[in-house]
Amino acid sequence: MLRYIVHRILLMIPTLFGVAILVFGMLRLMGGDPVEVMMRGDGGNVSQAVIEQERVRLGLDRPIYVQFGKWLGGMATGDFGVSMWTGKPVSQEIASRLQLSLQVAVMATVLAVLIAIPLGTLSALYKDTWIDQVIRVISIGGLAVPSFWLGMIIILVLLSYFHWHPPITFTPFLENPRENLAQLIWPALAVGYRYSAVATRMMRSTLLEVLQEDYIRTARAKGVYERLVVVRHALSNAMLPVVTVIGLEFAFLIGGLVVTEQVFNLNGIGKLFVQAVARSDFTMIQSLVLLIAAFFILINFAIDLMYAWLDPRIRYR
Amino acid sequence: MSAVPGTFEIAYKVPRRRHPVLAFAVQQPLGAAGLAIIVLMLAAAALAKWVSPYDPLAVDYGGILAPPSWQHVLGTDNFGRDVFSRIIFGSQTALSVGFLSSLGGCTLGAIIGVASAYFGGKTDMIVQRFMDVILAFPIIVLALAVVGLMGKNVVFGIDWNLIIAIGLPMVPRVARVVRSSALAVREMPYIDAARTAGFSHARIIFRHIVPNVVAPYLIMLTASVGQAILLEASLSFLGLGVTEPTPAWGLMLSGSAIDFYQQAPWMIVFPGVAISLAVFAFNLFGDSLRDWLDPRIKI
Repeated sequence: MLRYIVHRILLMIPTLFGVAILVFGMLRLMGGDPVEVMMRGDGGNVSQAVIEQERVRLGLDRPIYVQFGKWLGGMATGDFGVSMWTGKPVSQEIASRLQLSLQVAVMATVLAVLIAIPLGTLSALYKDTWIDQVIRVISIGGLAVPSFWLGMIIILVLLSYFHWHPPITFTPFLENPRENLAQLIWPALAVGYRYSAVATRMMRSTLLEVLQEDYIRTARAKGVYERLVVVRHALSNAMLPVVTVIGLEFAFLIGGLVVTEQVFNLNGIGKLFVQAVARSDFTMIQSLVLLIAAFFILINFAIDLMYAWLDPRIRYR
Repeated sequence: MSAVPGTFEIAYKVPRRRHPVLAFAVQQPLGAAGLAIIVLMLAAAALAKWVSPYDPLAVDYGGILAPPSWQHVLGTDNFGRDVFSRIIFGSQTALSVGFLSSLGGCTLGAIIGVASAYFGGKTDMIVQRFMDVILAFPIIVLALAVVGLMGKNVVFGIDWNLIIAIGLPMVPRVARVVRSSALAVREMPYIDAARTAGFSHARIIFRHIVPNVVAPYLIMLTASVGQAILLEASLSFLGLGVTEPTPAWGLMLSGSAIDFYQQAPWMIVFPGVAISLAVFAFNLFGDSLRDWLDPRIKI
């Protein structure tokens, strides 16, 4: 097991290195000029000399491989560089927003699981009845509705019927848990709907498959209570693919977050990223992309490890 | 019915020959419903000029934020533009970007998948690692990065860099599915026979392998169009996709639409319904197509 974990972690390094090369190369070869965007973006009349000076200050005049080496070297010591737009350290900018985005992501995942497992189970147990039909329509809809639009509709409803407007400032959880949850539950719901839809569909189809197995019939023949058959025998075996899907869908969760943060006026990682792209803030874009990619790979790794815990037959070597 | 103990009748029905489209509609009613919506959207996009009651770009300051009425079925926006006409013209943007990016992304993915499976060994290994790198990017992050980096490149009224940005994340996903199908085909005796006969790689690939991976390719293609429409809407909403004055559904929701939440909810509700309906239709059709062609394929 330990060997497997070490092996997987070592395999992550070349992938992340590839991501770093790709994003860095794309930025330098095809990207716009961050200095131009910053100084002339609003039509300001800035002399070429000043622009050149700024370029030297940001290290953009150096050869690409030197810049790349400097960035990698910095990251090895935990230094992601400074934002080309604000001049503040990238790590500081990210850290101040990470809590919010992470909290919404976790809440969305929890919501999705809490919705998906009972709905998927009901749908499978009452296959082809109206309960099943309703749940299926709800879950197919979840794949089609854009999360940012769902967020707008949620705000619209809250505004019209409850006169509630998303607050402009963010309340950290430790400061006022109630306020914080009341603020973040809606974006989490908007993002989590798609998530729960995918998981519900997976839950339904795997549970239907598992219920056909011989051991379910055996359990029923032994006279085990139906509830126990479903919970103990069927559900525990149907969880594996559902967990996989939750991991795979994490990519969509981040995507939903990037767009939904704009709707709810949340100053999180997504907003930071969109701003960085709009401003050609190279250091910010490359660090964020690498960070998100690393996070994504780690999540999938964690899910692989969870298999072994959920299904003792799986042994990693 | 002769009930001889210990024997049983085999119910054998001669299958009726139906037109394939009709057969699909009968076996997959939900998929047929999706197909009907898609056809309707295609017709609306193609005939937009004649179907839409107003010019989608015509500004009318006398009639801004008008609620839905017989004159303006879905109301007007903050420039007095007819929302219904803008939604009809928006289908042109959604469908063209959706189809072009899916066609490009899925075709490139399929080529890489087939080549990777056919040549195997080191080639396969290197290609797959490269695909892993692209897969490590969450979809919208990759698309945003490409859009942000490459800017705009409008030819024939279509932003080709946007097409690349939306198509690129599909490539590794399609490549993976097609590769696994092609790997199974590669082991077939007729491939060995073709090799023994001394056929070129190109001939074996195009004549013997490609026809066998058309089903997964088509399934991925239809499923991708819905995702592409969703992604285009998200990018346009962020202001990094289609830009004004082109009518696009995501764009209709962005910018000032937020300020008119209470005054003009129709500005927000209807474009979102259009996006959802379009994606819904392609998902339904793609799902049913999979069940019909090859239920084992995992999208």
